[in-house]
Amino acid sequence: MDPGQFFASSRILIVAGKGGVGKTATSASLALAAAQTGRNVLVVEVAGRLDSAPMFGVDPQGYDEHRVYKHSVDDHSVDNDSGRGRVRCRSITPDAALVDWLSNHGFARIVRRMSKSGLLEIVATATPGIKELLVLGQIKHLEQSRVADLIVVDAPAAGHALNFLKAPLAVHNTARTGVLRRQATEALEMLSDSERCRALLVTIAEETPIKELVETAFAIEDEVGLALGPVVVNGLLPSIEALDTSSELHVSDIGASESGLGAPEISDLVTAANFRRDRLSLQNDQLASLAQQLPLAQIRLPHLFTTSVGLTELKTLTESATASIEAIEQWAGS
Amino acid sequence: MSGTPPSSVMTSSTTPNNYGDLVAQKRVIVACGTGGVGKTTVAAATAVAAAHGGRRAVVVTIDPAKRLADALGIDALDNTPTVIDGAWTGTLGAMMLDSKATFDDVVTRHATSKDQVEHIFSNRFYVNVSTELPGTQDYMAVEKLNELHFSGDWDLVVVDTPPTRDALAFFEAPKLLTRLLNNTIYKLLISPRPGVLRAVNRAAGGVVRRLSRVVGAEVVDDAIEFFQTFQGMEEGFKKRADETRALLASNDTAFVLVASPRSDTIAEALYFLNRLADADLSVHAVVINRMLAALSTSADEAARLQARLGASPLAGAAQALVDHVHASAGDEDRVSRIMAHVPNATLSRVPLLSSDVHDISALSDIAELLAQDPL
Repeated sequence: MDPGQFFASSRILIVAGKGGVGKTATSASLALAAAQTGRNVLVVEVAGRLDSAPMFGVDPQGYDEHRVYKHSVDDHSVDNDSGRGRVRCRSITPDAALVDWLSNHGFARIVRRMSKSGLLEIVATATPGIKELLVLGQIKHLEQSRVADLIVVDAPAAGHALNFLKAPLAVHNTARTGVLRRQATEALEMLSDSERCRALLVTIAEETPIKELVETAFAIEDEVGLALGPVVVNGLLPSIEALDTSSELHVSDIGASESGLGAPEISDLVTAANFRRDRLSLQNDQLASLAQQLPLAQIRLPHLFTTSVGLTELKTLTESATASIEAIEQWAGS
Repeated sequence: MSGTPPSSVMTSSTTPNNYGDLVAQKRVIVACGTGGVGKTTVAAATAVAAAHGGRRAVVVTIDPAKRLADALGIDALDNTPTVIDGAWTGTLGAMMLDSKATFDDVVTRHATSKDQVEHIFSNRFYVNVSTELPGTQDYMAVEKLNELHFSGDWDLVVVDTPPTRDALAFFEAPKLLTRLLNNTIYKLLISPRPGVLRAVNRAAGGVVRRLSRVVGAEVVDDAIEFFQTFQGMEEGFKKRADETRALLASNDTAFVLVASPRSDTIAEALYFLNRLADADLSVHAVVINRMLAALSTSADEAARLQARLGASPLAGAAQALVDHVHASAGDEDRVSRIMAHVPNATLSRVPLLSSDVHDISALSDIAELLAQDPL
């Protein structure tokens, strides 16, 4: 699939997954990949962490919208459109979304007092999902005002990915009347329209995250009607062509005299080789298990042997993302 | 904060030297930290270690991997511990927390009549509180801990906590419901009185009417009914919250921070510790999970080896070694950064295993690693 076509197929990509799977790096690399096809991209962070900007090599500049990347094309003869590509970031937090919304609905003067007296908490408890719904409402507003060609949403982490996406449904079931119900209806319309919105679920190739991802995938398709894009498998150890993965390496396999290696070197070589072999085999089992449980295309991103993600690392991830997208034959989800 | 001086957490009469001492001495161990670092596995291994040491230990897990749940015999949720047979001298119990069922138990215990219980169970606001409210899982984990601890059936209760960024969520959890029940506006609404209060009441009523228009009238009605139905139970809940808070702050309880050496989770762990420090709370043990084996070869040596072995049958092994050394570089520095925040805590390292943990024997292996002297 042509990456340009891929990133034009929905106006919003919601990147969701449990904590620790690299959701923010995935969002950033997809945003960069889209910018490289000439799209004007807005990354929306929902967790209130401002982690995206540093990945583009830019210091975080608060919660408001700011540009973090502008694509420049050296060879103009290749693609005359891609020079437009850029990435901006902004943050929308659930708490702020509720305060904003109440301020716009006749409570501007007392919203601070409502927060202090605990009434806000009661409102949030009485209508589970209200904050998340209102975040989606703001995203919908951004989408409809066409501030960007593509909005990439870095959804909340932990067990909350599903809660976030199910929020409109939960509110719809609780609030039978009122302005809020209309908000929920509109958010549901947005989520169930694959031209507007698609979810990309992120995991790593380990048992527990994959189990959660599969459960989430079925739940959001069945219950929310949200179309799924490819699954992103992050942190994959690259295989080593020259490494014999068929059998375990033993110290006795290495003749010290002929190779001229010392005992500690041999021991470390054996440890590293066998460890890699075992992890690769575990990883392949998990990838197969994921493919078997969930018949979706996979975007595979490599493990980075570095401690933090900056622009160099982000570009490595982006290359893999683009290559994976090019290898996709068609949408499995639509 | 329930009158217990926070310093009682910081200073312990017998400073445990290693994780094994905690497992042998404490009555409650709480495994905390962000998600994806193996908290559940560490919690389960801790209970296994105690059972090996002859204690009656029970672990309350939140969401174990399926095969671990199978191994522990807790695949089905029934909200009471299952006793697991094994080659230990003590007793091992395990259970998976069912938040809703635990909440229902709590309400039943505090209610003044059967009628009140039925009214509460059928109220939609209660259903939201017991299933959807952020913090409910923490609250119910603490409730279950309290219940098991005071049952007298167990020497040690180990609790796995829900993944959270906020270290204080667990400490604050018992106050969740009392905070709702103490809300001033609702107090005024549900107990209309003559005089001055009526004016205040009318003002509050105005806010509520306007809220009804935007969030829906039935939502507001459900909430008001909930608060009316709960009348008379506040004191019971408050007493329990104080009791639980005292148990968490006592010398019987140890907090274990589970982290991995990757820089992003270390940053999360430091945030976590700072939040604890803000509240004068501290952790007793740090478990760094998923450590890569520390090798003696340096990055430069590995690169030289790779150049030398490039065309040999060991080229693949050399590449694996370069990657390994590269990936583990800085792990120890990051671990030191954590320990600088908690100089009195014990430190255990658990290696990244080459297979998933899903049987009792693998848990026993980790239990042994936990208790090893860090030096």
